[in-house]
Amino acid sequence: MAEIDYSVLLLALLAGAIRVGTPFLFVSLGECLTEKGGRINLGLEGILVVGAMSGYAVAYLTDSAWLGVLAAGCAGCALGAFHGVICSLPRVNDIAFGIALILLGTGLAFFFGKAFIQPQAPSLPSIELGAWSDDARVRSALSVNVLFFIGVALTLLMHWGLRATRWGLVLRLVGDHAQSARALGYRPALVRTLATASGGFLAGVGGAYLSLYYPGSWNEGLSSGQGLMAVALVIFARWQPLNCLWAALLFGASGAVGPALQAVGISSGYYLFAAMPYALTLLVMYLSCRPNQTLSGAPGELSLNR
Amino acid sequence: MSIRIPPVAARGLALGLPALPTVLAVATTVVLFSVFLWAREIPVLEAGALIYQGAFGSTFSWENTLLRAAPLMLTALCVALPARAGLIIIGGEGALVLGGLAAAVTPLWLPALPASLMWVAMAAAAMAVGGFWIGLSGWMRQRRGVNETIGSLLLSYIALAVFRHLVEGPLRDPASLNKPSTAPLPDAYSVGVISDTFYVHWGLVAGVVVCLLAHVLVRHSVSGFAFSIVGGNVRAARMLGLPVNRLVLVTCALGGAAAGLAGMFEVAAVQGSANAALIAGYGTSGILVAFAARHNPLAIIVCAILLGGVEASGSLLQRRLGLPDATTLILEGVLFVNLLAWEALNGRVLHWRIHWRERGRAPAEGVVQHG
Amino acid sequence: MPILNRRSFIKAAGVLGASTALPVNLARAADKPVTVGFIYVGAKDDFGYNQAHAEAAAIIKGLPNVTVIEEENVPETVAVQRSMEAMIRQDGAQLIFPTSFGYFDPHVIKVARKYPEVRFAHCGGLWQKGVHPDNAGSFFGYIDEGQYLNGVVAGHMSKSKKLGFVAAKPIPQVLRNLNAFTLGARSVDPEITTTVIFTGDWSLPVKEAEAANSLIDQGCDVLTCHVDGPKVLVETAEKRGVMTCGYHASQAALAPKGYLTGAEWNWETPYRAHVMALQSGAPMNNFMRGGLKEGFVKTSPYGSAVSDAAKAAADAVKASMLKSELSIFTGPIRNNTGEVMVAEGTVLTQTDVVLERMDYLVEGVRGQI
Repeated sequence: MAEIDYSVLLLALLAGAIRVGTPFLFVSLGECLTEKGGRINLGLEGILVVGAMSGYAVAYLTDSAWLGVLAAGCAGCALGAFHGVICSLPRVNDIAFGIALILLGTGLAFFFGKAFIQPQAPSLPSIELGAWSDDARVRSALSVNVLFFIGVALTLLMHWGLRATRWGLVLRLVGDHAQSARALGYRPALVRTLATASGGFLAGVGGAYLSLYYPGSWNEGLSSGQGLMAVALVIFARWQPLNCLWAALLFGASGAVGPALQAVGISSGYYLFAAMPYALTLLVMYLSCRPNQTLSGAPGELSLNR
Repeated sequence: MSIRIPPVAARGLALGLPALPTVLAVATTVVLFSVFLWAREIPVLEAGALIYQGAFGSTFSWENTLLRAAPLMLTALCVALPARAGLIIIGGEGALVLGGLAAAVTPLWLPALPASLMWVAMAAAAMAVGGFWIGLSGWMRQRRGVNETIGSLLLSYIALAVFRHLVEGPLRDPASLNKPSTAPLPDAYSVGVISDTFYVHWGLVAGVVVCLLAHVLVRHSVSGFAFSIVGGNVRAARMLGLPVNRLVLVTCALGGAAAGLAGMFEVAAVQGSANAALIAGYGTSGILVAFAARHNPLAIIVCAILLGGVEASGSLLQRRLGLPDATTLILEGVLFVNLLAWEALNGRVLHWRIHWRERGRAPAEGVVQHG
Repeated sequence: MPILNRRSFIKAAGVLGASTALPVNLARAADKPVTVGFIYVGAKDDFGYNQAHAEAAAIIKGLPNVTVIEEENVPETVAVQRSMEAMIRQDGAQLIFPTSFGYFDPHVIKVARKYPEVRFAHCGGLWQKGVHPDNAGSFFGYIDEGQYLNGVVAGHMSKSKKLGFVAAKPIPQVLRNLNAFTLGARSVDPEITTTVIFTGDWSLPVKEAEAANSLIDQGCDVLTCHVDGPKVLVETAEKRGVMTCGYHASQAALAPKGYLTGAEWNWETPYRAHVMALQSGAPMNNFMRGGLKEGFVKTSPYGSAVSDAAKAAADAVKASMLKSELSIFTGPIRNNTGEVMVAEGTVLTQTDVVLERMDYLVEGVRGQI
């Protein structure tokens, strides 16, 4: 209908991709780490919600957003470790346990979060990359949260760490072939538990981003499935941290493009639009998989690859 | 060390043992949840009594519990049947809503029929769509090696989006003003309750019957045996010349059909049309029920009733003790965490069970030697 | 004891009655103890729709001889049917307020037929005589009056002449608000446009924030919404220095700089009326509607940013609404593709049910449905 301002649309997309994509980045890095060790943790969705609640609560109580982030990470770490330990027991299915963890996590977060729906906690600072511009829209688009940069740094660190450090090798070995790791004297269960706990930490931080920055408040409808979506995202990213970054931005952009398109007057089929990332992931999986062969890059011990 | 056990008791132990992890899990849940309540200074005994009363304390509570359990039995089968062939399917929610949608539009697209025929048509449509949707996950896995767990999850999200789009767009009844829905089901075609004194709709009977049929299928039929061979060892199954791909597809389609049937009953017995209220998490709860029941169709009936009871009890907790609704979520979470964690004991139990069965067969003396 | 209580209550009620002209036999009525149930679809403290109901329920809780029972997070499935029945059978509830729109058909209707002696006062439904049971009924507020006033204030305050509206779904209730907001703004300046973004569901915080940002990027400088919890929109706008009008409840505390005014529910009025009718044994009012005049809705106090001119204009409009001199939907009204929806000379009063079936966007709204 009306004229479409493409530069604004693109800018909005970029800004939206970063804003919406940051929690995806953290949760997918967490899931990536977990899956590299050969486990899958669907419970990250529950951990995300617990992180969002505890981060907000602690930030409000201590008046420090960063303490909130730390608390969210620790809460996530505890739940991750719980998943790790229980799934180390024989015959416990990690996928089902993850789903039980979603129930438990959201239950705990909603229960203890009641008191923190009304108060306003301090929010995380952002870096104004657009200070040079006169255009308020550019300034706002380039106001990027510190956590995003931390996420990018973590991505690079993980990318390097998984390839070049002893820790990374052990983790990958455990994830690819637990027997060999055992033969070398490592304890797969322990390594996996540590990986799941670290993954939980990252997912908790992702939750804190939601409650402390964008959208920036705690309520029970805060997560719209970002934690579960991250599982798909990791597969989309082929278990590569660097790809996780691009995939998180892509998923973020797809979340931002719907509203952005409507703002310029194109407003039908928003449900189908919102499902695009899922369809895209499925398509990529379908095209890149071959029968009788695991997905390239997939850890061999992953229960997804039996 | 030696213990003196009469053979009858030994045989009884062998029979009862599989329930041991479940019993322990429920016991641990009670303890943990009580500690939680106590720590929050909530009267533990009163809360416990209310939970029991709300779930199983009266006919009314039983109706309540069974009404909630009915769809869970069917969605749990959507996980349990493919699991026999070694697949972990978690996309039952999508099959349920699409099945419900198919059931809701069937009477609109068919001429007027006697109710019983229409029900058959609706159920067939729902099961076909549900079966197709989950079958798709199985097909992609067998055809291209696409992991069925993630595949079914993604397909479920896509199904929900398609469902919302259709219900609030092309298939929306213009008269459904502020609650976008498909055209309402004519009263003649709505599924009623079993009786006025037992106010539970026929979906419960369907759930139980389908679970029983599934039990016969997996335990007492050749196909069922073939499923477990595929699930146990694909290579062995191929060596035996079993049609592995077809068997996998069949389990997926059957599972999806069960979830679709749950959708049909939600539409025909509860909602009266397809709308967003159909997305109520029955598919997700079904996953937990199936795992807690170790994919055993008979145990699914029990576990679904257990979860239905917990959900039914929340209402009373809120009204009598003023507890937030999340209390029930915590209880469910603790329950399932325990049910799954105590699975670890199951390997041991299997070992003990063989042991006691042996003793049960022993002719006279029940002296057990432990090495 | 009871007599003494009654006496002292009569005295109190007399004082109260003199000032607010309450219905006649209140004093005797209040003697009858009643149990009233409230059911919410979400959390009671969501800063929005459910909270507006829960706050009014808290006032009802304070009435003499009224026991209030509540349940939150009850989905629109068989669960709500059973919750209503449980309130009746386990707690002896005589009046139930199922507060979510989706509860009405089929759940409330089904349970109302089963329990003809219990009253069901549903919020938002379109109760029809002969079609729906007589012990059920629906009440709702003409909150579009509040949104029209929001529009008047926004029209005065906007510099870019572009307003933004974040909506959940294109359903009649939402469209009526959106159209009233736009008509209010265009009554100030016919050049003003409203851009609408539909998020697709009642509570999607990330999408709501993203929608708000997109609208601001498009140059909209006053935003409002119709979603379950306006908190996210109001906070996002405040962060970016853009003005907002509230919805459901007051969000003034969240945006001290940019909050202009807001359209709020005042559910206490219909709740009180239903409870009192029950206590006095008066028949149930099955179809209850009201706006600013009837006290079903109210407006937030003006924020610090609102100019005197805007205040004066809005106050004038409000005054004529209170005197029933102004009808929002007065022809000619065209939709945004130019078709005439309300003919010249036609005045749709608030009670007209045609308005409850609204399915178009008025001229000046940018968007499609």
